[in-house]
Amino acid sequence: MTLTDRQQLSYIASQAADARLNVELETEGMTLNIGPQHPATHGTLRIICRLDGEQVVWAEPVAGYMHRGYEKLTEVRTFPQVTTLVNRIDWLGSFANEVPFILAAEKLMEIEAPPRAQVIRTILFELSRIANVSLFLGDLGVQMGAITPVFLAFRDREYILNLIEGATGGRFHPNFDRIGGLKDDLPKGWIEETRGAVKKLEQFCDTIDDLLFGNEIFQSRMRGIGIIPADIATDYGLSGANARASGIDWDLRRDQDIPLSYDLADWKVWTHPDGDSWARCWIRLQETRESCKIVTQLLDQIPAGPVMTKVPRIIKVPEGEAWVSTENPLGEMGYYVVSKGGLGPFRVKIRSASFNNISIVPWALKGVYVPDVITILASLYFILGDIDR
Amino acid sequence: MGLVDKSRLPAPLTKLFNMSRSYSLWVYQWGLACCAIEMGAAFGSPRYDVMRLGVIPLPASPRQADFVCVSGTVTDKMAPAVKRLWEQMPEPKYAISMGSCANCGGPYWDSYSVTKGVDQIIPIDVYVPGCPPRPEALLEGVVLLQQRIKNEDMAAKWRGDEFTTLQRTRAMEAGEVDRDGELINVPTAPTLETAQAVDSVRPEPIVVGGGPIE
Ligand code: SF4
Repeated sequence: MTLTDRQQLSYIASQAADARLNVELETEGMTLNIGPQHPATHGTLRIICRLDGEQVVWAEPVAGYMHRGYEKLTEVRTFPQVTTLVNRIDWLGSFANEVPFILAAEKLMEIEAPPRAQVIRTILFELSRIANVSLFLGDLGVQMGAITPVFLAFRDREYILNLIEGATGGRFHPNFDRIGGLKDDLPKGWIEETRGAVKKLEQFCDTIDDLLFGNEIFQSRMRGIGIIPADIATDYGLSGANARASGIDWDLRRDQDIPLSYDLADWKVWTHPDGDSWARCWIRLQETRESCKIVTQLLDQIPAGPVMTKVPRIIKVPEGEAWVSTENPLGEMGYYVVSKGGLGPFRVKIRSASFNNISIVPWALKGVYVPDVITILASLYFILGDIDR
Repeated sequence: MGLVDKSRLPAPLTKLFNMSRSYSLWVYQWGLACCAIEMGAAFGSPRYDVMRLGVIPLPASPRQADFVCVSGTVTDKMAPAVKRLWEQMPEPKYAISMGSCANCGGPYWDSYSVTKGVDQIIPIDVYVPGCPPRPEALLEGVVLLQQRIKNEDMAAKWRGDEFTTLQRTRAMEAGEVDRDGELINVPTAPTLETAQAVDSVRPEPIVVGGGPIE
């Protein structure tokens, strides 16, 4: 019996004991509505919980409050215009959303970005991951009533946003990736600045490690709560840090052959056997550190050369279908692009990680206590634009 | 303060009231999409620090807020909730619309599920254009709102705003409805003329930067 199973069993046993207690106390049922606007949901998600005493017996997320119709809109945009839209899916790590779409378009056109562009893409990808996850780590404190971490996160995230702005011109939605390369080269002095900023972010990780992960309250509210075993995680299609926290050693950055330069750097895929809320948050913390490592290593290895291959002025993508997915800050994000040879895609199917992250909510919330609802939701980590699209 | 709408306050007193109102604004953050993060950066981060402007960003509920900052995409599914939030806020109340989405639909101008502009639902005082606007732009919007509050004729604001809420309060005072809003005597329904009269009281919205609201 693995550690996970044992913990799982003890948790189930304690829940069963509580259920018996509820019967003895004749607790009354009640429906608790969280959201659609609630400080603890990252945006406008609504969750309906049916309670028995203080236990959740049934929970269901109501998505769709942020449905903006991306898949339909991409059909009336041209290929270069689509990046403007898909930027805004996962708004915390915007650059990471562009990359899989551009890669899919490049795959259909059978071109590849020059090596310099690939390395810069990877760096920006990882920077947006840091920007994303650092806010997650800060926000984690707020969910538990600690305000300080979020101020730290906002402060240190600015360094990364400044870098992204310096390179791309946009703090939030860079729209910098082009089919066949990048819009521009890096500005002068950017590499040195990045080194400094990444050091600051590493310090931020250490602070959060002490402040939050070393905190007793945090540990007791996170450890052993919301356990998701590996088989359930795969059944529900969890990906990214949520899957790795359940012990699934799977990272698309490492396991997949895509034209991004992760193999140039030396880094580690972290997994955790526990599968509880704590593990999920811890994995994200370690990932931020790994991202910092990847960025610092890649900064030394940017090859010389152009950042754009030769592409026709008016981009027409040949007929065909392509599926590309990458390991985005939230998990696997993929685009299934169908082209009929026109200026724009015929159909784009977007697979985003958050949708799966919340589809496990009814399972994960069954039997937990009301205060744990928020921490479990926080640790599953979703972004509303990424759920509803 | 119940006298404000019935009589005219002396000018120095109005000035004093307006000044104190403009520097103790409690803002309800109605963060809906990407712009919410920039709003969070403006209102919650040490770099921008909105409290130095006299804006307090953490009311517990819309019922304690002076103005609402609607930031992000309002979808058709969300629109009723936005409307309801606005109705829950006490008078006098103001609204800032942040970001192209809230202003006019933004990148989703042709989407089937997005409300093209939150001003279709609630009256907006300040538009902050951008996608997303920088936190500095939002702060400028807040400053412009404060200027508007400082120069306001309180009596007109109290009288003219938000016909339904005020009508209900009046009706309650006049004994036409009970405290739960149940009608005791059915008042005459608002006619088109009264609605237009209310609209004419409402001042023109401000646009940060002065350009078009996109
Ligand atoms: S205006 Fe732009 S940044 Fe703001 S919510 Fe809309 S798409 Fe997002």
